[in-house]
Amino acid sequence: MIPKRTFDAVIIGGGGAGLRAALQLAEANLKVALISKVFPTRSHTVSAQGGITAALANVSDDNWHWHMYDTVKGSDYLGDQDAIEYMCRNAATAVYELEHMGLPFSRLENGKIYQRPFGGQSQNYGGEQAIRTCAAADRTGHALLHTLYQRNIAARTQFFDEFFALDLIRDEAGTVLGVTALEIETGEPWLFEARATLLATGGACRVFRHSTNAHINTGDGLGMVLRAGLPLEDMEFWQFHPTGIPEVGSLISEGVRGEGGYLENKDGEKFMARYAPNAKDLASRDVVARAIAQELRAGRGCGPHGDYVHLKIEHLGAEMIKSRLPGIRELSMQFAGADPITDPIPVTPTAHYMMGGIPSNMHGQVVAPVHTGPEEAVPGLYAVGECACVSVHGANRLGGNSLLDLVVFGRAAGIHMIDYLRENPIPRPLPQAEVDKSLARLARWDKKEGKETVAGLRADMQKVMQDHCGVYRTEALLKEGIEKLDQVEARLPDAALSDHSKLFNTARLEALELENLMPIARATLVSALARTESRGAHSREDHPKRDDDQWLRHTLYFSENDQLDYKPVKLKPLTVDTFQPKERTY
Amino acid sequence: MRFRIYRYDPESGNKPSMQDYELDIDPQGKKVLDALIAIKDTLDESLSFRRSCREGVCGSDGVNVNGTNVLACITPLEGLKQPIEIRPLPRLGVIRDLIIDMAQFYQHYRAVKPYLINLDPEPENERLQSPEDRAELDGLWECILCGCCTTSCPSFWWNPDKFLGPAALLQGYRFIADSRDQATDERLDFLEDPYRLFRCHGIMNCVEVCPKGLNPTQAIGKIKSLLVKRAL
Repeated sequence: MIPKRTFDAVIIGGGGAGLRAALQLAEANLKVALISKVFPTRSHTVSAQGGITAALANVSDDNWHWHMYDTVKGSDYLGDQDAIEYMCRNAATAVYELEHMGLPFSRLENGKIYQRPFGGQSQNYGGEQAIRTCAAADRTGHALLHTLYQRNIAARTQFFDEFFALDLIRDEAGTVLGVTALEIETGEPWLFEARATLLATGGACRVFRHSTNAHINTGDGLGMVLRAGLPLEDMEFWQFHPTGIPEVGSLISEGVRGEGGYLENKDGEKFMARYAPNAKDLASRDVVARAIAQELRAGRGCGPHGDYVHLKIEHLGAEMIKSRLPGIRELSMQFAGADPITDPIPVTPTAHYMMGGIPSNMHGQVVAPVHTGPEEAVPGLYAVGECACVSVHGANRLGGNSLLDLVVFGRAAGIHMIDYLRENPIPRPLPQAEVDKSLARLARWDKKEGKETVAGLRADMQKVMQDHCGVYRTEALLKEGIEKLDQVEARLPDAALSDHSKLFNTARLEALELENLMPIARATLVSALARTESRGAHSREDHPKRDDDQWLRHTLYFSENDQLDYKPVKLKPLTVDTFQPKERTY
Repeated sequence: MRFRIYRYDPESGNKPSMQDYELDIDPQGKKVLDALIAIKDTLDESLSFRRSCREGVCGSDGVNVNGTNVLACITPLEGLKQPIEIRPLPRLGVIRDLIIDMAQFYQHYRAVKPYLINLDPEPENERLQSPEDRAELDGLWECILCGCCTTSCPSFWWNPDKFLGPAALLQGYRFIADSRDQATDERLDFLEDPYRLFRCHGIMNCVEVCPKGLNPTQAIGKIKSLLVKRAL
């Protein structure tokens, strides 16, 4: 028997989404445990830069209907319009709430929250550029994460910092009853029993070799869900951010272009005008990433290897750069050796965000098809934030909608969980066999013989994904990628650790993380191979057109036999008219 | 490149020691964290350290390199004297290798009530704050809680349980300085204490090492002058 703690609710992940949900529950006087593999302010939310989008209309004329239109269009019509309406309609409230909590937003002269233009934003359903993204300089994620953590301190949320969640505990009826987790410092496994479990484990861009993501973004919640026999949704859709620093991967915010920065190729041409004549540098991220990839292919890249383009902001002036983009300047000087006050920043498309994830609805409930029937909520299981696929981002997320997603659906999940906990006051018996299965998985890494290393396998997997599942894809490329991944996966059972200590064994953590990453890579390749169209961030050169007749639907991937299933896109919003799919231009 | 790294594994029963590594790495453009990861991936899986964002914003990888507290992920390898000596941040207990026990540090942070206190009914929209009032927070809210400053402070070394240390005091002042906060008196009451605040003797190590370029000494000075003003 392992030590057990019992709570009303357990939340896995201490980023923006997990903290927002925890706050809702803690303030309702429920007993809530927040488990995080890092101290919460080390979560990847901290790296978000440009801002959080809400139609406050502090700078330009604006309303949530236009925000909704832009989000639906940005998603290349794959986003579920009920959830998108819910998010955009609640956006202003969510931002005001953050302000009331103390988030240090930058301010306009009149004292209102500062807003900046971001890509894909328009007034009047596709008209003039809107100015909609609320910012705390270019460290909005830091401000948001710290503020939410601070509110949770005030609300006395119980934190279990540096605990690594292992597996969901599900009984025969499919109800989720908690999780097993490893206390990193002692190396002891624990059982967290709870009537409601929320996954807020963030993204998984560490499946790629180059990514803007933190080392910790290993999709742990996705691995847990797949092992529990549940599907993942739309895993072919990964956003390649147009402006990452080459090799290092660090993000250079879209806010840089929002503040007036522009891209240039080696000939000094502002090439975005050719690809998006209206929005130019502020077209959607998928559009800009493809444009850069095209420039590089055509030999118009900068530098000795022609593998990046220039992002220029010198014309904005030193004072403006220092006040509005101080973090960007720091990153650029540290990682690209370029002070943007005088030099262009080298940038290249870099894996940044996972649009797909754990299928969930706008209450944060995880949903899955039951046998051959329609989808139903998985009792006791919730997912929010980047690990979830609501789906508000569809095939391509708009900048500034991620932080918004975290707080709107973190709150929504918290509210729904409170009701669920009231309706389900009695804990169900825990199936010990499930706990044992999880412990056996952990014990697997005690084995001493094996010639493969975790670091070696991880590097090989990341190379497969980088080479075979990048901005542009083809059937041949993806098929070859799956074959190569098969080979890497086949070596996994032969992997062993050389470090078998208990206390703060980070080698073991990396092994467990790899076990989460590997099936995510597989889900991505299999889903991408099947989708024979180009939509949003999924660009198939052999199927360059969007195909609404066949593909206006969500992919569901199950680990068992790499099975795929599909479900319709929810085109009907909650109260307004449907935005009908049409050609997407910027 | 040559490295000397502090090793401690409490399970082994051995005392802490320095271990030498020779790593084949081109330092150009690389940071100390890149070297630590390369050592772990290729030479010694058991080397233990924390890391997350790898871009200087999450505060996980504060370590002492050649005698100075830094973030490993933004400290260039180029120009460092070899063997590059890497130790855990000083004074807080070591859990293993470069991983320190930050419980005391976080406790001090929590003690300053690092959250906005404002009991007025919430307005429909945002509370207004002028750009000038907001500018008062610059240099305060950007703290990433890495611990580089507090563990470089001799006053903290002497009284780690009683002196709050530069990081916590900086956050204490962040809320005092916020025009939206209403608890200035309560906050000053808490800080008016021979140890919590007044152990700061302006040595300024904190300013020197802060990887975000923040100035805790100045913030502490401002708290002190508010206390003086209040006493008059």
